[in-house]
Amino acid sequence: MSDDSRRISRRTAITTTAGAVGAALLARAGLAAQDTPAAAPSAPPDATKLPGLPTSAVSGRSPFVHPERTPTGVLSGPSFTPLQDLTGTITPSDLHFERHHGGAAVIDPQKWKLVIHGMVERPLTFDLEDLKRFPSVTRVHFIECAGNGRNAYRTPKPDMTPQQVDGLTSNTEWTGVPLSLLLREAGVKSKATWFLAEGGDAAVLSRSIPIAKGLDDALLVWGQNGEPLRVQNGYPVRLLLPGWEGNACVKWLRRLELIDQPNMSRDETSKYTDPLPGGKARQFSFEMDAKSIITSPVAPARLSKAGWWPVRGLAWSGRGRITRVEVSTDGGKSWADAELQGPVTPKAHARFQHMWNWDGKPALLLSRATDETGYVQPTRAAFQAARGIGTDFHFNYIRGWRVDRDGAVMFEGEA
Amino acid sequence: MSATSRGIAWMLVGLGLTACGAERPGAPAGSTASGAASAGAPAVMPASFGLGRAASEAEIKAWDIDVNPTGATLPAGRGTWAAGQTLYAEKCAACHGAKGEGMPPVYPKLIGADPRDFSFADDFKKTKTIGNYWPYATTLYDYINRAMPLTQPGSLQPDEVYALVAYLLAENQVIGKDAVMDATSLPAVVMPGRDHFVPDDRSGGPGFK
Repeated sequence: MSDDSRRISRRTAITTTAGAVGAALLARAGLAAQDTPAAAPSAPPDATKLPGLPTSAVSGRSPFVHPERTPTGVLSGPSFTPLQDLTGTITPSDLHFERHHGGAAVIDPQKWKLVIHGMVERPLTFDLEDLKRFPSVTRVHFIECAGNGRNAYRTPKPDMTPQQVDGLTSNTEWTGVPLSLLLREAGVKSKATWFLAEGGDAAVLSRSIPIAKGLDDALLVWGQNGEPLRVQNGYPVRLLLPGWEGNACVKWLRRLELIDQPNMSRDETSKYTDPLPGGKARQFSFEMDAKSIITSPVAPARLSKAGWWPVRGLAWSGRGRITRVEVSTDGGKSWADAELQGPVTPKAHARFQHMWNWDGKPALLLSRATDETGYVQPTRAAFQAARGIGTDFHFNYIRGWRVDRDGAVMFEGEA
Repeated sequence: MSATSRGIAWMLVGLGLTACGAERPGAPAGSTASGAASAGAPAVMPASFGLGRAASEAEIKAWDIDVNPTGATLPAGRGTWAAGQTLYAEKCAACHGAKGEGMPPVYPKLIGADPRDFSFADDFKKTKTIGNYWPYATTLYDYINRAMPLTQPGSLQPDEVYALVAYLLAENQVIGKDAVMDATSLPAVVMPGRDHFVPDDRSGGPGFK
């Protein structure tokens, strides 16, 4: 049983201690509080012959369902979203990928404040109530770590799952205030060309962002899928730069300084820059290129028999809407348009589906996304030629899944 | 149309309003909305919502810790390789290794000259260090001061940060072991990686870069 479901079931048990009946019901359902590892989940033989669970404070997942991230226990590092376990396009908030640089900060909302200063007419401080009194907007956008896909590029292995290949992208309904509204209050001086965004975490993470993005679609968000941000996503407020690399979407935001040159902070020089052939490195490469990945069927699944199987996956672009996803089942010899399941919105995950009649022979499944700028997801060969085997970020080439004669599915990192 | 006025126009359009005026950053016109507001959009857009309060100089100063390549905001203080060597052993070596070799992937390698030719795209095993990759020396001060050591961030005094910067630059053969790092000398250090960075030239559309 996952940590989350154990915690929730413990809470459920506490809320029902008044009734021994409730506890007995929980025990029968295999949901009783326990500190030892849970036995295999169980359910009543016939759920129509026994009362079900009483109401509870917070719903847990079914004891048969336990999607999990991949925590490592260190303060600075990633934890991946289980893409293969998700349906639709929204990432459940407790499964949004994590990447912290000094641990996930816990902030008291009563003490939180945001300072906007530097090249402004009126340096201003906002508390959380101030922020929420502005007219707000709600938008669906993905956040993807710029390093997503690095392991699959450098050291691909056949047993890699979508989570291990590309689990540093997540898609969320965010609620917040357009940054342009706050900048309007402060009065941006004409010489300001960038702003520094800084977090209130142990890394005091800081990134320089071009002012044009701040005045375009940048948001300061406090809402995540209908509730306040999770701690791991920057509670109480984070910066959201739709379509741009996750590191720049500073969490636990505390300060915005309007400036006339980039600060050249650690995460925009020594990291989050892209080495290129010819002894160069691309800097301030914020936009996430169009990309897609099949999330079913994938390793370690085995197709049980020949016949119709849905090939499903996710596609997204940091430059706008996904306009087309093609699927190949023969390693790229032929392509078919997949169904794009709407609504397809800009800078958000889109779900695609292609019905495939498997003939029981070996196959190589690929997906290829196109966005509204006409950009087409490249092959690995084209990617490697342009960026080099040693490049460090923005790994968006076509991913492959090999299906054996016996139906076993494996990641094909060289497709 | 400037980026600023474009942005304000977007903001108003985004809220289902029609912009009128708003040409000068910092002094938006009193653009009470005209036209039909879309569902959920506010009916009026005052020149200012009057929210928030003036930020005090003290609260700005308490948080305004960043240092950019001009070094204009570097504090008084100084440090040398010798002082830094002691501090490094005490506060940094546990994670980054006695010789700055690091413990990848969590604790990066800090010291190493090779490759000096910036050929990182050729082989992911070529490790980026302060000496062969970091383009600005001021970034070292900014980052160590705000985020290091990992378990005691923000605990170092300016002299200590300068000393660690001097130690790391000297061990990376960027400066001599006798060099003193302070608010004047640090921004003047030219890093080996400095001229290898290029702006993002990707812009979508057909083709791949």
